Amino acid sequence: MTLSMNTPDFLIERNRERCINCQVCVRQCANEAHGWDAEEEKIFSQDALCVNCHRCVTMCPTHSLSIRKFPLEFRENANWTASTMKAIYKQAETGGILLTGMGTDRPYPVYWDQLLLNASQVTNPSIDPLREPMELKTFLGRKPEQLRVINGKLAEALPPQLELDLPIMFSAMSFGSISLNVAKSLAQAAETLGTFYNTGEGGLHEDLYKYGKNTIVQVASGRFGVHSEYLNAGAAIEIKIGQGAKPGIGGHLPGEKVGVEVSRTRMIPEQSDAISPAPHHDIYSIEDLTQLIFSLKEATNYEKPVIVKIAAVHNVSAIASGIARAGADIIAIDGFRGGTGAAPLRTRDSVGIPIELALAAVDSRLREEGIRNQVSLVVGGSIRNSTDIIKAIALGADAVYVASSALLALGCHMCQKCYTGKCNWGIATQRPELVKRLNPEIGAERATNLLKAWEHEVKEILGGMGINAIESLCGNRLMLRGIGLSDRELNILGVLAAGE
Amino acid sequence: MLREGDVRIPSGCAISGIINRSGQVFSGEDILQSIALMHDRSNGLGGGFAAYGIYPEYEDYYAFHLYYEGAEGREQTESYLNYFFHVAESGEIPTKKTRSIKNPPLAWRYFVRPKPSYLLEEENEDEFVVRSVMYINAECKGAFVVSSGKNMGAFKGVGYPEDIGEYFCLDKYHGYSWTAHGRFPTNTPGWWGGAHPFTLLDWSIVHNGEISSYGANRRFLEMYGYKLSMQTDTEAITYAFDYLVRKQQLPMDVAIATLAAPFWRDIERMNSEKRALLKAVRAMYGNLLMNGPFSIILGSSQGLIALNDRLKLRSMVAATKGEFLYLASEESAIREVCPQPEKVWAPRGGEPVIATLEKRGVQGYDTEYEYAGLSY
Amino acid sequence: MKRVYAREEVCMGCKLCEVYCATAHSEYPLDLVKAFLKQKMKPLPRILVEYNLSISFALQCRHCDEAPCTKACITGAMQKDSVTGIVSNDERRCVGCWTCILVCPFGAIGRDNQGHKVASKCDLCSNVADQTDTESFSNVPVCVQNCPNRALQFMDSVVEGEE
Repeated sequence: MTLSMNTPDFLIERNRERCINCQVCVRQCANEAHGWDAEEEKIFSQDALCVNCHRCVTMCPTHSLSIRKFPLEFRENANWTASTMKAIYKQAETGGILLTGMGTDRPYPVYWDQLLLNASQVTNPSIDPLREPMELKTFLGRKPEQLRVINGKLAEALPPQLELDLPIMFSAMSFGSISLNVAKSLAQAAETLGTFYNTGEGGLHEDLYKYGKNTIVQVASGRFGVHSEYLNAGAAIEIKIGQGAKPGIGGHLPGEKVGVEVSRTRMIPEQSDAISPAPHHDIYSIEDLTQLIFSLKEATNYEKPVIVKIAAVHNVSAIASGIARAGADIIAIDGFRGGTGAAPLRTRDSVGIPIELALAAVDSRLREEGIRNQVSLVVGGSIRNSTDIIKAIALGADAVYVASSALLALGCHMCQKCYTGKCNWGIATQRPELVKRLNPEIGAERATNLLKAWEHEVKEILGGMGINAIESLCGNRLMLRGIGLSDRELNILGVLAAGE
Repeated sequence: MLREGDVRIPSGCAISGIINRSGQVFSGEDILQSIALMHDRSNGLGGGFAAYGIYPEYEDYYAFHLYYEGAEGREQTESYLNYFFHVAESGEIPTKKTRSIKNPPLAWRYFVRPKPSYLLEEENEDEFVVRSVMYINAECKGAFVVSSGKNMGAFKGVGYPEDIGEYFCLDKYHGYSWTAHGRFPTNTPGWWGGAHPFTLLDWSIVHNGEISSYGANRRFLEMYGYKLSMQTDTEAITYAFDYLVRKQQLPMDVAIATLAAPFWRDIERMNSEKRALLKAVRAMYGNLLMNGPFSIILGSSQGLIALNDRLKLRSMVAATKGEFLYLASEESAIREVCPQPEKVWAPRGGEPVIATLEKRGVQGYDTEYEYAGLSY
Repeated sequence: MKRVYAREEVCMGCKLCEVYCATAHSEYPLDLVKAFLKQKMKPLPRILVEYNLSISFALQCRHCDEAPCTKACITGAMQKDSVTGIVSNDERRCVGCWTCILVCPFGAIGRDNQGHKVASKCDLCSNVADQTDTESFSNVPVCVQNCPNRALQFMDSVVEGEE
């Protein structure tokens, strides 16, 4: 054994005057940061094991716990920060890639926060959503070049469309990376709300088939759990090319999270690592994508729209244009602040571009080419609140994907340890005793509440703008002004500066 | 100061329209009188008229009304017109010295037909004319096409509408359909081209309101080659109608249902055919929904259509007497010229008032608008 | 009658039900800290969480229709209320013979450690001061009120045909 240079990240503070030794914290911590000393008849804590997920803090009936940053400081150094140094100690000890979970925590600019919204004053009236209808219905899918009306009737039905009661969907999270109870919660919420959730690349558990009409089934490079029944079970099919948190690499599911149910659903052996290939090995180029899109359409009798999801990378607008021309009905773009269940830290923190810029570039490009109205555009990658949604739609999105926000609603505290499979909130875990901590009934209510709350806020702000239908916001960049942005950034975003 | 087109200027307005459905022509005095009554709804920074049936002697020719700010633009424009068009007649538009009219541009008109050899493959004359209008407005210095339809013309400028009407001697013209506009812009456009009505081919639009969906409407239209050089709602509405009816060949009432779409809660109550149609319309052309307050009168050689936004956030009154249909922002502006109408009503939000000429086709215009029979 | 039903599939074995039950039946029914730290004898819960690996659920008196404990009680302290259906132990009459503990098929009766030699069992909080203001919670046992995952439900019979 050699000396480890790792020091704790967090300090567990226990107020002994309030602790009643009920041991709820001991039972709740899957990281075993709390323990019971039977001899002393009191609880002890091990700071080094704490991931700061707040499970114990939230569960403690007497509020006797708090967690702080471990007060150990290195000599101040703006270049060699504590996290940089600790990463080196860790890699020197293990020789491995640094793993992490959820979206990047680096202080990159969040362009949503540098966009301001408009409201009506005098020259046109704002609309009161309490008194007037406020319409958020959204259709996603390919639109033909022309609508044909003969004798007052629609001569040709539109290609298959997803009909959303509100322009928010739950984005892809695989069963495996998340627990079945999360999937159940989101599926139920999607059904209640009139929107969709996404299976991710983990296949569809048999308990979830009943939510088919609110399900988007994903086909990723690993093709886990993909079969004809699966493809036909959902309302749409999503081809996952890339993910914002880890563009250029495939999904990672550590073997610890592959239990019986995951193994059956994914059609892989128990306990085996499920590492998706970086590319689809049948897509080495854009023309190959066309083939996969149409293979899937053939397999589902052209009844389901096909989504192609890519990560926001430097050349995203050209890629998106190619995808539109390849026959995708919906393009989903995932920004680099998007979450993940497991990703190499360095990839997560340095690869890709922010969704705001990617979205603006893609929307502008598709319009320049006159094909924007043919495809729908969905964006995700850290949509944090209702104004992020409004700004995304004003920049040109038809709808947004949310995942991290949905997990937060279910209890996630962003400890970024999803890859360990020891999620104390029953979210990113497959251990039965942890999974059952998330009651899907409560989960569905909370996810529904969150989106309902956002829906209310979106309506309020739309009304303020004098708009009563979401389609009048879509691509309406005049409703945005930039603040604290360079000319170049304003130009890419296609918005004027505040005051202009 | 930036002029209209370089900056978006919201404005409030007065509108008025009169049509004789049997196609009988009458002088511009009535419309002048009607719009003059609503003097307080404009602020002297814009007024204008569209008149249909005023050029029966050239009914097969596109009547181009042009404003020039200088000689250079006129030379450029005329050489363009002479090259691509057969010009049957041209000359200055008659005007009368009017005290309150300051710095008017040169106003010329040309009766033209495109030379067939210059039409692109599968391009018809209308499309060629639209392309030419876009070209002249964008490329010819200080030139602006005020109107370009057959047997119709627009007259507009900076001033109160009644002064503009006097300046252009509208009492001397006779048409079967007239619309008028008085403008209350929130700052000075100072440019005659910026006044309303806005026209394209034989479409003309007078409009009162400020559309909050403008950014979405604009970016949608730009995708299909429309250059929205004026940055006004009126321009966007005109192009939207042109796109839906001419390019997409949709029935007129479907186009109307696009701009002032019925609410989803109403669509859900319709029969399945209508529901399917309107669902498709909203899914397909949602970006053309005009959101926010507006009342518009859409003029064409076929008649007048008046429409309010679906919440009815702007006033508009309609009235009939015999063959006449009157439309105006205020009832008083109707009673001023028709003291005892047979029927007076305020059309509901999103419900169009449509007056088509009984003797259609007489005016020599190609397009006949279809109606899908929608009503809601 | 309404009983407390456990939902094993969402019981996470945190034992907060035990903590709140013990407190509610202690000398300081409204104060967790005092109940556990100030009271001389550690308060005992009348609900018990059975726990083995991922299986866990809370168990307490089922308030049987034909309750064996009421028949076995030698002093008549254990009675089933004919109106509410609650089986309760009258501590003034209980002599602590533990016969009820022997006959209870669920093992839901325990020995009290509060200094009285009496049987201690779930009373559906019928003798506990109402801890909440909200109407929806009135008369709901504290274990049910405080279960963080809705693993305990207070409701009429879940078994068809029962009652």
